Amino acid sequence: MAYLLKGVSILGAEPTDLFIKDGVISSDKAGKDAEVIDASGLVALPGLVDVHTHLREPGREDAETVETGSRAAALGGYTAVCAMANTSPVADTAGVVEQVWRLGREAGLVDVQPIGAVTVGLAGKQMAELGAMATSAANVRIFSDDGFCVADPKLMRRALEYVKAFDGVIAQHAEEPRLTEGAQMHEGEVSTRLGLTGWPAVAEEAIIARDVLLAEHVGSRLHVCHVSTAGSVEVLRQAKARGVRVTAEVTPHHLLLTDELAAGYDPVFKVNPPLRTRSDVEALRQALLDGIIDVVATDHAPHAVQDKECEWAYARPGMLGLETALPIVLSVFGEQWDLIADRMSIAPARIAGLAGHGGDLTKAGTPANLTLVDPKARWVVDPGGLASRSRNTPYAGLTLPGRIVATFLRGEATVLDGKAVK
Amino acid sequence: MIKHLRSAADLDAATATLILDTAAEMAALSGREVKKLPALRGRTVVNLFYEDSTRTRISFEAAAKRLSADVINFSAKGSSVSKGESLKDTALTLQAMGADAVVIRHSASGAPHRLANWVDGSVVNAGDGTHEHPTQALLDAYTMRSRLGRLDGLKVAIVGDVLHSRVARSNVLLLTTLGAQVTLVGPPTLIPLDVAAALSEKTQVSYDLDAVLPDSDVVMMLRVQTERMQDSYFPSAREYSRRYGLDMLRMRKLPEHAIVMHPGPMNRGMEIAPEVADSPRSTIVEQVANGVSVRMAVLYLLLGGK
Ligand SMILES: [Zn+2]
Repeated sequence: MAYLLKGVSILGAEPTDLFIKDGVISSDKAGKDAEVIDASGLVALPGLVDVHTHLREPGREDAETVETGSRAAALGGYTAVCAMANTSPVADTAGVVEQVWRLGREAGLVDVQPIGAVTVGLAGKQMAELGAMATSAANVRIFSDDGFCVADPKLMRRALEYVKAFDGVIAQHAEEPRLTEGAQMHEGEVSTRLGLTGWPAVAEEAIIARDVLLAEHVGSRLHVCHVSTAGSVEVLRQAKARGVRVTAEVTPHHLLLTDELAAGYDPVFKVNPPLRTRSDVEALRQALLDGIIDVVATDHAPHAVQDKECEWAYARPGMLGLETALPIVLSVFGEQWDLIADRMSIAPARIAGLAGHGGDLTKAGTPANLTLVDPKARWVVDPGGLASRSRNTPYAGLTLPGRIVATFLRGEATVLDGKAVK
Repeated sequence: MIKHLRSAADLDAATATLILDTAAEMAALSGREVKKLPALRGRTVVNLFYEDSTRTRISFEAAAKRLSADVINFSAKGSSVSKGESLKDTALTLQAMGADAVVIRHSASGAPHRLANWVDGSVVNAGDGTHEHPTQALLDAYTMRSRLGRLDGLKVAIVGDVLHSRVARSNVLLLTTLGAQVTLVGPPTLIPLDVAAALSEKTQVSYDLDAVLPDSDVVMMLRVQTERMQDSYFPSAREYSRRYGLDMLRMRKLPEHAIVMHPGPMNRGMEIAPEVADSPRSTIVEQVANGVSVRMAVLYLLLGGK
């Protein structure tokens, strides 16, 4: 199928016509059999890339499947997502990562790039067969025990070193486990008032500080998941100034929400790392602008109703994110399209090694992975209206700017008129 | 009148004072021959206890019965709770039973807040995790007022494991609302971060019990669980009681009129010496008796009893 996007604004530039043919951006404007899409008023972005998605399959298909998560992603403007390894069974073998990869291909809505576990069973004891996952059909490049921190410094050092053989990167969930035993929310004024065990900022900062030093020592790549504190930003700022090969992500919820939301004990606001304070939010925003934090990643974490409709302490941490990420970023930063394209598509594609994504839409021959946004549209988040199988969005009832009108994966529409094509 | 009592922060000074005044009336009436009042006849009060606390449950049960309410005890043992029924499903069951008030005790902070979303009746927090225990604070305030004649301007030292204490949180909120001056005393490991900002700007913190005692009208000793030692909050029971325990020697540093309180159950010899607990300054037995009157007042006012 060929498409002619009439009057589209690429990254906010003057309206132009964009022709998609044979899966790539084409310079040939004269296609007669192309489907014409009136794209006036719409902004074209390279398809978004999420380096941190929980798709829950295999194991918790009641919360999300590769297919439902892929649909949510496409509707959010994504053309690629990296699926975290904390499934059941854990994605710690070539067999499991290939299964997830194959399910992604079958769903055909986004490129599902599996992340492999660093340690067997996420247990933090023994290194998983990282090389086998790297050379599998899934071609794994990012390894992470996300949900858990690789807390053992020796094991972390070895993992950082080992993946150099295939240009891998370790994505660390930075949480010193001894400092967060029983932790329920950010440690501070609000946790004191609510009587919930605190998750101190230093538990994140101490691990990031250690890991940038380890990465520097062995000359490896480190990626830091969901940075949530102002102190972490300072550690990263110093490391980057020294030339350490570290990249970092921030979630939309850490760019917008604060720990005050825990006041009603509604676990829809329970997430790990926890929502922090207003000054942390400000520091994270500035860090994303400065490039100290490289990318926005959703940490999309679907949970079944019973895992959230309960006491705060018993609820699982995590929030939906795929369908609201771009609108949240738009609401925080406004129509800074170059920034958005870099932090949500170009940089994450580079970190994940996804060559066909985050390309230049003005160049003929670029793979046609892109999304069309109506920046003037406003919509109200309705948990029941989301494509995810779960409902745990913290934004219910919020009016957000920016509606995804269409998404294309290698030239094929996955979303048209704001609806998934399959 | 407020609908729920989930936190001492639900109470402004006028409401709190009304509860204390009503409790005094209840105490006067209970003192007479006829112990039952018809105020809540035909109303149902459910005691929903996920944690063992016989003393608190009995206190609420006695309070509800003296007001002629029907009482249903729904305890975690021998009920569907132990089979893992969710709080929400239990709430819907209680709702179907027509509970007018649910008194909840739970190990998870905020469980009363969750419950209040799922039942139409009033929710009374009888202790939730390390959050609050507002009726304990009310009975403590009642006890202070009846012993010392006032709350406004009173200097109260709360000593011990403030970090894990629901009694401390509720007391700070209620006492400062009523004009008392609270000082939290304990090892720095057991005083939570930003406590003044979190609870009340008027709260002070001290790590030196001996310095605080001479200027205190009330000293409230909190229960300190010995298992905190294993978690490095303090090195040993002996060192704890040397630095923060109230023994006879220390008690002499208090002004003549000052009283000693403890919410119970006590670790005699740990945070409080037996001779102190049994001394005339101690209000520990009164606190228990006052608990019934205060809980009668709370149920009566929340349920709009006539
Ligand atoms: Zn994580």
